Amino acid sequence: MSAERVSVLKPGETYASATDQISALVLTEPTRRTWVLFFVTSAALAVVYLYAITAVFAIGVGLMGINIPVAWGWPLVNVVWWIGIGHAGTLISAILLLLRQPWRTSINRFAEAMTIFAAGIAGMFPFIHLGRPWYFYFLLPYPNTMTLWPQWRSPLVWDFFAISTYILVSILFWYQGLIPDLATLRDRARTRRTQLIYGFLALGWRGSIRHWRRYETVYLLLAGLATPLVVSVHSVISLDFAVTIVPGYHSTIFPPYFVAGALLSGFCMVITIAVPLRRAFRLEPYITERHFDVMAKVMLSAGMVVIYSYAVELFTAWYSGDPFERGMLVNRALGPHATLFWIMLAVNAGVLQLLWLKRVRTSIPMLFTLAIVINTAMWIERYVIVITSTQRDYMPSAWGTVSETHYDWALLLGSLGLFFFLMCLFIRFLPVISIHEVRELIHEQEEQRS
Amino acid sequence: MPTPVEIIQAWRERLARAEGAAYCDALQEAAGDRVLCGALQEVMPELAHVWQRRIDRRRLLQLLGASLAMSGAAGCSRAPREKLVPYTAMPEGLVPGIPQTWATALSRGGSYAHGVLVKTHMGRPIKVEGNPRHPASRGASDAFSQAAPLELFDPERSRACTRRGAIVSSSAVLRALAAVRDRWSARAGRGLAVLTGSTSSPTLQRQVHALKSQLPEARWYVHEPIDRSSVIEGAALAFGRPAEPIYDFTRARVVVALDADFLDAMPGHLSYARAFADARRALDRHDSVNRLYAAQSTATLVGARADHRLSVKATQVNGLARRLAVLLGVIDDGTSSHDQEHERWLRLAAADLQAHQGEALVLCGDHQPAAVHVLVHAINEKLGNFGRTIRLIDPVADASRSNGDLRALCARMAGGAVDALFMLDVNPVYSAQADLPFAELLSRVPFALHSGLYQDETAGASEWHVPAQHAFETWSDVRAFDGSASIVQPVIAPLYPGWSLPQWLALIMKGEPGDAMGIVRGTWRALWAPARDRDFERRWHESLASGVVDKSQSASLTTALDRNWQAHVQRSVPSEGLELRFTADASVWDGRYANSAWLQELPRPLTSLTWGNALLISSALARELRVVNGDHVSVEHAGHELTAPVWIMPTDYPRHTLTLALGYGRTRAGEIGTDVGVSAYRLRTSAAPWLGTNVKVRAVEGHSALAAVQLHHEMHGRDLARQMTLDGFTAGARASHSEGNRLPSLYPEIDRHGRYAWGMTIDLNACIGCGVCTIACQAENNIPAVGKAQVLLGREMHWIRVDSNRVGDRGEETVFQPVPCMQCERAPCEYVCPVEASVHDSEGLNVQVYNRCIGTRDCSQNCPYKVRRFNWLDYNGYEREQPLAAPAAVMNPDVTVRSRGVMEKCTYCVQRISRARIQSKIEERTIREEEVIPACAAACPSHAIVFGDLLQSDQEIHRWRGSARHYVLLEELGTRPRTTYLAALRNSKPLDDETLKS
Amino acid sequence: MSSRQLFRPRANTVSRIVVYGSVPLCLVAAAWSIALARSSWRTQQDRFVQQPVPFSHEHHVGGLGIDCRYCHTSVETSAFAGMPPTQTCMTCHSQLWRQADMLEPVRRSARTGQPLRWTRVNDLPDFVYFNHSVHIHRGVPCSTCHGRVDRMPLMRQARSLAMQWCLGCHEHPSPHIGAANPFDPAARPAMALGKHPRAVLDSRGDPLPRLLECSICHR
Repeated sequence: MSAERVSVLKPGETYASATDQISALVLTEPTRRTWVLFFVTSAALAVVYLYAITAVFAIGVGLMGINIPVAWGWPLVNVVWWIGIGHAGTLISAILLLLRQPWRTSINRFAEAMTIFAAGIAGMFPFIHLGRPWYFYFLLPYPNTMTLWPQWRSPLVWDFFAISTYILVSILFWYQGLIPDLATLRDRARTRRTQLIYGFLALGWRGSIRHWRRYETVYLLLAGLATPLVVSVHSVISLDFAVTIVPGYHSTIFPPYFVAGALLSGFCMVITIAVPLRRAFRLEPYITERHFDVMAKVMLSAGMVVIYSYAVELFTAWYSGDPFERGMLVNRALGPHATLFWIMLAVNAGVLQLLWLKRVRTSIPMLFTLAIVINTAMWIERYVIVITSTQRDYMPSAWGTVSETHYDWALLLGSLGLFFFLMCLFIRFLPVISIHEVRELIHEQEEQRS
Repeated sequence: MPTPVEIIQAWRERLARAEGAAYCDALQEAAGDRVLCGALQEVMPELAHVWQRRIDRRRLLQLLGASLAMSGAAGCSRAPREKLVPYTAMPEGLVPGIPQTWATALSRGGSYAHGVLVKTHMGRPIKVEGNPRHPASRGASDAFSQAAPLELFDPERSRACTRRGAIVSSSAVLRALAAVRDRWSARAGRGLAVLTGSTSSPTLQRQVHALKSQLPEARWYVHEPIDRSSVIEGAALAFGRPAEPIYDFTRARVVVALDADFLDAMPGHLSYARAFADARRALDRHDSVNRLYAAQSTATLVGARADHRLSVKATQVNGLARRLAVLLGVIDDGTSSHDQEHERWLRLAAADLQAHQGEALVLCGDHQPAAVHVLVHAINEKLGNFGRTIRLIDPVADASRSNGDLRALCARMAGGAVDALFMLDVNPVYSAQADLPFAELLSRVPFALHSGLYQDETAGASEWHVPAQHAFETWSDVRAFDGSASIVQPVIAPLYPGWSLPQWLALIMKGEPGDAMGIVRGTWRALWAPARDRDFERRWHESLASGVVDKSQSASLTTALDRNWQAHVQRSVPSEGLELRFTADASVWDGRYANSAWLQELPRPLTSLTWGNALLISSALARELRVVNGDHVSVEHAGHELTAPVWIMPTDYPRHTLTLALGYGRTRAGEIGTDVGVSAYRLRTSAAPWLGTNVKVRAVEGHSALAAVQLHHEMHGRDLARQMTLDGFTAGARASHSEGNRLPSLYPEIDRHGRYAWGMTIDLNACIGCGVCTIACQAENNIPAVGKAQVLLGREMHWIRVDSNRVGDRGEETVFQPVPCMQCERAPCEYVCPVEASVHDSEGLNVQVYNRCIGTRDCSQNCPYKVRRFNWLDYNGYEREQPLAAPAAVMNPDVTVRSRGVMEKCTYCVQRISRARIQSKIEERTIREEEVIPACAAACPSHAIVFGDLLQSDQEIHRWRGSARHYVLLEELGTRPRTTYLAALRNSKPLDDETLKS
Repeated sequence: MSSRQLFRPRANTVSRIVVYGSVPLCLVAAAWSIALARSSWRTQQDRFVQQPVPFSHEHHVGGLGIDCRYCHTSVETSAFAGMPPTQTCMTCHSQLWRQADMLEPVRRSARTGQPLRWTRVNDLPDFVYFNHSVHIHRGVPCSTCHGRVDRMPLMRQARSLAMQWCLGCHEHPSPHIGAANPFDPAARPAMALGKHPRAVLDSRGDPLPRLLECSICHR
């Protein structure tokens, strides 16, 4: 047990060394070429994203590959996917905190950042997808001259509140965790400007006992608040589909199915970010093989739930004997998008199994590729769910399918661009690893030694 | 200071005076004249958007055209929203905001009219309904009349007279005319030739007669691409005098249709469809049901509805008729049909006909050669059907006075004997048969004048062009398939200059157009020969009011078969190799309706193709050629070659037949109709206008996407469009699996305390799949056309679609199923809408509130019937100009025009319900059954749709719903639709061996 | 690195004000926007608009006592109350005030056949289908929606015409209907005269909730 705790960090780290190195990333380190490269490309993609959004707002959602019967297209796929990615952060920060998992410490900061950016981007897609986005506020319960209110039976309204709450809480949680580190940066900042900026953001943190006591209480409280959200958000999203009568949507397994899927893709993204980060900024001491090993295990367990859900869908369709349910599955397996369906199965059910091997879990390159592959497959999974269900539902005479347009691609890649753009900024201006929590960890380790 | 109108008037006069080059200069000047522009702007604020941009010459012409329109139809223009523009003098009988209805007649193609009621709103014709009092309509209407208002307001209609493409004033035309008149009138009309479409107009007949007697040497030619010449010729051979048969399907228990599409292609199809449907309505299991045998040489609606179908080559039909005649003992001839299947079909039919002498009917298609018609007449004679199920009348479109068709004209032109040619309401340059060098000959005619609605191919090829007047703008008269006449009255003042057909004849004879109404009245004064003037006025007004001239039906001819009719019967010689059938197109007919976006986008029956034609081929042939839908093939016939995309037909399509619809491949139809599809005329020869034999076809490079709206015709074992056998039905089987009683539900019963409970029931046994409901709905509800590209993406906007479903063991039978919104009582669309834009009202309507909709489209996702439609883009041209957006003038002011990003769907024509409700409230009574009829139900030829209040038990819908054929679509979902169906019936003859042996 | 404090003590106060102040600020902003949506700035209520002829309802209705229906002929039969054709004006003004410059546009219209172009005062959105006739037959006084036109020298929009305002009546019709002569500018609904219009409503009306359904006004 103790050995485990120790191995979370490389031995030999001291308060000073940790503080120096991590804060140095923000304050003293010169801008690296790799960072610039990343920054510029992602910024370019972000611009594409903005362009696509503008075009869709100005000309209409008809620019995207959607029609009757497939009235929900890529944007909806992206919502589900991004929200999923947005999951890992809160899980790590909140649930693992409550579970007293020491290994969360060195990854929670950028995982939370990732959460906020991903959730934010996810939150944008429903509006991009609206026919008349300029009337989005009809979703809000506000006293209007039409004496009309949102319709609470609609899962889309639940969505609206679920996502906004999630984003709000995640931001609070993240920011609160930042405060002591912002203070550290303030104190170590060289120029007056940075001092002022960080000073302002640190909200006058002095690190007094009183501060710390309040900090701990609130942090725990927020963790408690965030924990149910981790489960609720994606459950609510899944209800958008589950409450309909569309074969392929209408399924009781959806909430756990979606949450598990979310964790899977979420941790994929954490790994995808952690690996280059660790390499680029020499964070090996803080993000160790142990972290990757544990994250891989989480992926594996989440993945198993997903596989179970696949199985349940198949079984229900067969067992119900409902021609429409069966037709839906036949369509997925043999219909216009069969290839995607099989890729999804091959990766999420097959390739995932590699994680049983310790060798794979601890080999960074393999894990990295695996994470990216699986995350792609997870996007495909959402595609299969969202699009191939209404494509061929009840009346064959109304069957039809659509193919994506440039705008669909622009919006997907663009959103990725925006995400990494924000990540780059975060890496440059805020400590990617929670300094004070690492100190805490070091402290614990030393206690164990003595 | 002069008023705007005075300024414009001054300019009009000046332009009228100007000529050729001077005219153009004048125009240029006008374009620069700020005063004029200011005036126009003030007079026509609805054209304000035009003024945002630089005014080029073309636009100025448009404005002048519009201003000319103003002079005629003051007050017809729509006021901009923020202004109130009252009349200066209120027209008599007009109540602002309440539509008026006028009875007139429209004809598909040239002749053969059906009566219509035109609804005008503040002077704008916006909707056409059938005229219940007209025998050819009986309240129904066809797609073309539904699209008529759009045609009237088509901004691309020809707006001005032109000479070699340059605009001239109409006075210039008159002057030129006067010059040539002198020449021919000096020579008793030698060199004068008039080319029109075939016409049933008594007035025109009278005028032609007058013309001939005044100018004996003048020539009148008739060019009708889709005519009935072989029908009339057949009758002439059989009875020794030209005649047309008309049928009474209500009396016919057994109908044998030999390649005859009486539900669609034949004149009188509307009333035939109604009669045929009524004869097999069978709500109760004891009701009688007729039986239909159909041999078809291409995919037809009749074939789809047939109880016994036989797919053959067109040239085999003669053989079938012969064999049938033999089996019935009409002629004796040893040869029996070599084909087993044919023989079986024939024996069944023969046995049935024998059993129902006098209440049977045999008919063959208009395109079949005269010889076949002779045989069919003989068979009907033998069966004693004449006078019972079929009668003969004089040809409705009398061409006896004509000097022949286009071929004759070409011959004369080639002889150089034509120096003045008037082409009135025809487009021969486009529709001439491939072997006639008409265009080339036309260029040699010294004076060639074309009058038509559009600046079409012929207008381009002839020196002079004068805009024709739309049927809604002018006076004239027409006859229906049974001879009953209607007087065509204008419902709006002419939008553009030009003369109507009667005026043209007057122009040619007298030199001045005269007044159209006077000319038409003259005809009827002569026909009626009233004792007193008062009687005439009475009859005249009665005829106008009722839309049909009383007792004007043609009398039945009593004629026996000609002694040597057998001489005209021909041996059957089925051709070797492939055959090419030319058919009239359901949407553009012979090409004249090509520029209508509504019609182009109306899915063609059976194929569901939109925006163009394709070469229909059998799946077997497709395999041989290794082609898939849309691949190009090259068709070669009689030395003419054409490349066309193919469309593969289902199994029962005749293996060796190719079908190509006429009317496409226009080169000067307008922005919408040009270069849509391929022109079948380029393969059509005057020798065999309807059928090409020994046709060669080979696959070539190239593929074009074909926009079909229904991609899956099989039902994959799902019981959606249901069909029962008559035996089962009479034995007491039910179409509904739940035996009528409602399925259990977990949800509490919703108490709807409405005064009415609206419901709709659709009889699949009556539906003939013509698709008129679709376009009628489009016209009533301001539904936009979206264009081929959008249809290809699956974004057509029609609120009611007509599915054609393949049923039967081999999927060889077709059941048509119109699918509007089901108006579910437990609507899945409602609870998923986050803003309550999709809600239920207490009368059972599932209401879509456009102005609340934000376009999440969850409602459509959750609609199991997929009947909701979404405005993916700005289809109605709010934000930027849309070539396909219908002009504001045709919009129904009672229905919101939807903006981009809004979901829409069938509303049961809520605007009609509201109008009736408000009226009933004012009169303090309940709404009567006939007060609310949705557009689809009103237009339906076969009365397949009934709408009513479920709370008033005396309404027709109750009898329908009581039938054992009644069922609910996807009932197991528990959506409780208010729209329900009656299953189709198949009345196939039980196969007993002795019928086959005998 | 300077040893002196980064922030002055004032910073505490400032930050406190910012933190605590932000809450009421948001509330005020919300309240303001809600109020704005109901203001006459937004609804155009009580705004006078420029007309080609400064027609005075006060003079014609209040002064001369001309009935509404003399000009708005179709108010009892149609959705649209109707605007008087120039002829109607000229019935009197071919005799009276023949020289008045004020009436020149009317005379010109009569002369040239060019219609007068009034500016709408009571303008509902295009997706609202209001029907005059049925309201009149329910005995809703004109003044209920148009105000006391007999006291308006120039026409103005007397009510907000917001959906909320429409629903006010549709929710509780009783107090607003059953006027003896709805055209009397001073007409008062039956209830105000002590009669209870309930009977009237039920005898010929829909069940009350019906009047609140979307399909009553929107199509």
